[in-house]
Amino acid sequence: MSDLETKFAEHLEQAVATGRGVAPITEMKPDITIQEAYGIQLVTIGNKVTAGSRIVGKKIGLTSLAMQQLLKVDQPDYGHLLDDMVVENGGVISFSSVLQPRVEAEIAFVLKKELIGPHVTAAEVLLATDYVLPALEIVDSRIADWKIKLQDTVADNASSGLYVLGGKPVKPDAVDLTLAGMAFYKNGELMNTGVGAAALGNPAACVAWLANKLFEFGIGLKAGEVILSGALSAAVNAVPGDHFRARIAHLGEVSVSFQE
Amino acid sequence: MWPQSLQVQEEYKLGEDTMNKEIIEKLGRHLLDAQENRREVSKITTEHPELTVEQAYDIQEQIVRSKLEQGLRIIGPKMGLTSQAKMKQMNVDDPIYGYVFDNMVVTGQDISLSDYIHPKVEAEIAFVLGQDIQGPGITGAQVLAATEYVIPALEIIDSRYENFQFTLPDVIADNASSSGVIFGNVIKRPEQLELDLLGVTLSINGKIKDLGAGAAVVGHPAHSVAMLANMLARKGLKLRAGEIILTGGITGAILLSEGDSVSARFDGLGSVDFTVGA
Repeated sequence: MSDLETKFAEHLEQAVATGRGVAPITEMKPDITIQEAYGIQLVTIGNKVTAGSRIVGKKIGLTSLAMQQLLKVDQPDYGHLLDDMVVENGGVISFSSVLQPRVEAEIAFVLKKELIGPHVTAAEVLLATDYVLPALEIVDSRIADWKIKLQDTVADNASSGLYVLGGKPVKPDAVDLTLAGMAFYKNGELMNTGVGAAALGNPAACVAWLANKLFEFGIGLKAGEVILSGALSAAVNAVPGDHFRARIAHLGEVSVSFQE
Repeated sequence: MWPQSLQVQEEYKLGEDTMNKEIIEKLGRHLLDAQENRREVSKITTEHPELTVEQAYDIQEQIVRSKLEQGLRIIGPKMGLTSQAKMKQMNVDDPIYGYVFDNMVVTGQDISLSDYIHPKVEAEIAFVLGQDIQGPGITGAQVLAATEYVIPALEIIDSRYENFQFTLPDVIADNASSSGVIFGNVIKRPEQLELDLLGVTLSINGKIKDLGAGAAVVGHPAHSVAMLANMLARKGLKLRAGEIILTGGITGAILLSEGDSVSARFDGLGSVDFTVGA
């Protein structure tokens, strides 16, 4: 663990402790590399595991062309899912547990076999998948006002917050995920629609990217891990009182609410 | 939504006397001429800023009548401005409609740019009715019950106005930019599909340009047909069995260029493809 990793891990942890966003790491150290940013993420996750959290999966971020263009990058990023990030389907999230939440709809994969890069394909991902589920990801940033560059969000566990899984597992051979339509509602009003192909053309290709990326860090995806494969639509801001619901073709629906 | 629409309709009536039949006929001929000569024109509200929605539909009717007199046949009505984004952009609560004619149906695998002014393509679901539907008060469920088949379609819209710039009355008068349609080869009974969650990708030359699900069309494509039936009822018109109704874009409209290979994939309804020649 380098001094840099420790310093910026503490910086990000400050945001959670005080409930207020902190300055972008890229402002404090403009020449920080993506590799160093992942190093910071691994330290923050290590600290949480030491404190008793358990890693239950991964999330893939920046999978849409729109998000990649916004952050001027040409590849996704990833973060860790911990057991204390899970919210029950239909559950209520207290605003005291989040900073500046945004909600997006995704397809979640649950693996039955491990996947180890560097040459994992989308087809292998489907073969290694136990089932898929509709999911809501509540992304959140420890960086004030979401003023993030790629290195900021990578260091900040890919802006992970909380996540909700739908209740009906579906086998991956029962659906063409690339064309599975999605409708996303906030307080009953349609916010946007999408299809599986919104995530890098194919959600399974996102998981393959993750397995291959993790190989760089000597990590594999394990059986039982939950993988959030990437947003199918733009993230929508949440305020207390809001109710979010996503319906995904062939996969059912998933919902969550926010309160003070 | 309804009370407000009725209120607006009252306002149309006030405006009716200010524009006589002669001007409506002149503007209809003007737009028809632009279409036939593939020539873009400045929007008619520049010269007639007082043009109301009702008068705009009168101009559209004038165009429809001329086409029928030329021996063309109506395939069915089409809905426009069905997405929240477009309705917000045009600041309206209701979609608009126009008519698709038999000469607009592309039967081969390609189109020629020279047949259009500045064509754009969008992916849609078309409904074929098995029974007539007479508004008002029609619901999406009634539409589904009266629907024989749904068909995937690519609609080519081609505003006759410069730079695709127009106000609401302009686009209504211009037959809702109708200009072409390519139907897919798969038909399905509506109960076989969850139409609001039907996913669609629209690609050009292998790259996805836009995507969406059926709910992008006023919440559900069948709702779009219900709104159409209810709008037509205000004019004493109904939807007829056998008509093919274009419900509105699930994707945004993408500008076409020479050499484009267009492909839309519809979940459960196959794909619709065509190429763009000179």
